[in-house]
Amino acid sequence: MANYSTNEFKGGLKVMLDGDPCSIVENELVKPGKGQAFSRVKLRNLITGRVWERTFKSGESLEGADVMDLEMEYLYSDGDMWHFMKTDGSFEQYAVEKKALGDTAKWLKEQVAYTVTLWNDNAISVTPPNFIELEVVETDPGLKGDTAQGGSKPATLSSGAVVRVPLFINQGEVLKIDTRSGEYVSRA
Amino acid sequence: MATDWRPTASIDTLRERARLLARVRGFFAERNVLEVETPVLGHGGSTDVHLASLSLAATTPAGRERLWLQTSPEFHMKRLLAAGSGPIFQLARSFRDGEVGSRHNIEFTMLEWYRPGFSLDELIEETAALILALLARAPGPLRRRRYRELFREMLGLDPFGIELDELRRVAGEHGDLDMQGEPRDGCLDLLMSLVIEPELGREGLDVVVDYPASQAALARRHRDPEDGAWVASRFEIYAQGLELANGYDELTDADEQRRRFAEDNAARHRLGLPEVDVDQRLLAAIEHGMPAGCGVALGLDRLIQLALKRQSVAEVMAFATPNC
Repeated sequence: MANYSTNEFKGGLKVMLDGDPCSIVENELVKPGKGQAFSRVKLRNLITGRVWERTFKSGESLEGADVMDLEMEYLYSDGDMWHFMKTDGSFEQYAVEKKALGDTAKWLKEQVAYTVTLWNDNAISVTPPNFIELEVVETDPGLKGDTAQGGSKPATLSSGAVVRVPLFINQGEVLKIDTRSGEYVSRA
Repeated sequence: MATDWRPTASIDTLRERARLLARVRGFFAERNVLEVETPVLGHGGSTDVHLASLSLAATTPAGRERLWLQTSPEFHMKRLLAAGSGPIFQLARSFRDGEVGSRHNIEFTMLEWYRPGFSLDELIEETAALILALLARAPGPLRRRRYRELFREMLGLDPFGIELDELRRVAGEHGDLDMQGEPRDGCLDLLMSLVIEPELGREGLDVVVDYPASQAALARRHRDPEDGAWVASRFEIYAQGLELANGYDELTDADEQRRRFAEDNAARHRLGLPEVDVDQRLLAAIEHGMPAGCGVALGLDRLIQLALKRQSVAEVMAFATPNC
């Protein structure tokens, strides 16, 4: 992979740091007017998801990381691995470990497209679509005439996630959920 | 995706900017400081090791020549001073390669002015008055902070006395990077940027004075009364963690200036940086006789950013570099 120098650091660039692939979030030049320049860089570790803040001397460089984001459809799980298939018509499949799946495990639905991040051709993380439609498999019975008022209750969805929903929602209904906040948006 | 053609500042912001520019001109008109306009191109450039100058090839009456884009209007303005202009100011487009960020832009507006006969204290006072005239609300008291005291207070070390190896260790620790082999000033710059600057100007305007002699650039040097160490006769003004202005008690010794330019180019050579053509006309002007006095350069975009409470200089510029 190519090396990138501090002046090429920009949001989204994938680089290696301490042996892990990272994505640059932000690069801020710090420099006393007449002094030496440094780069204050925020990087997201693509394996742990944690954000690191590091300082680099101007002109220092980092090795690029062979990282790709691909759209893949979720197929099934065999208990150990979760299987996804590329949506580009190649039918190529990737098996994802539980660790790489992370929190996305609770938003899985067959035939929905996810963003799978590959590093050296191995899946290291899976990002769900921002909004997903899931069925309520368990919740307290809906309260009639309670559509206007506030108040909420927990509901278990077909993917296993538990979200707060309005009191009028019934078992069997399909809901639109924002996966970033884990919040109910509307009936689908 | 559609090409982003829109300005980085809103039209309303540009109206505000124009109003502030008018106020700057009013400020200097009241004080009988002459507005001048000098070229952005010159045959000599800034040799400063930490400034990257842009240059271009132009066809002139002398043939095909290399000309430098100014990093500040200092050299031309000093030639006017030597020619007897008296006090002058300029709103000057200046260029520094590679400097882009929330507080930097490759092309920016420098407000620079010179006051023959002024002491550094008088110029500090006038610079603070200019800043106050532009900020809608007074930022609080003006405090004088000695460079050395700041390091003692915030880091518990004497920047002039500390052993280089110890300084490298402290700088490396604060920046979480390897500073072995780095020069003294590089370590001090890192600590200044990461530890001290963010704390400056929080409750008013902080004026930092008595910089290390090695950071004098185009300023005179004087003895620190504490122990006779040489310090630079220079000041910087900070507001809300932002460096706004950099002032000098101007060096008027041509030989000393020539020596500093040569040292800069030697350091550039050592560091593998391109050497910059020395401005011989500036040296000739200083040789002829430049009146003693002080001058200051103020990053006008940053001051406007503060005055209008924006997050970045791009938001107060019609088109910041990435969108130009």
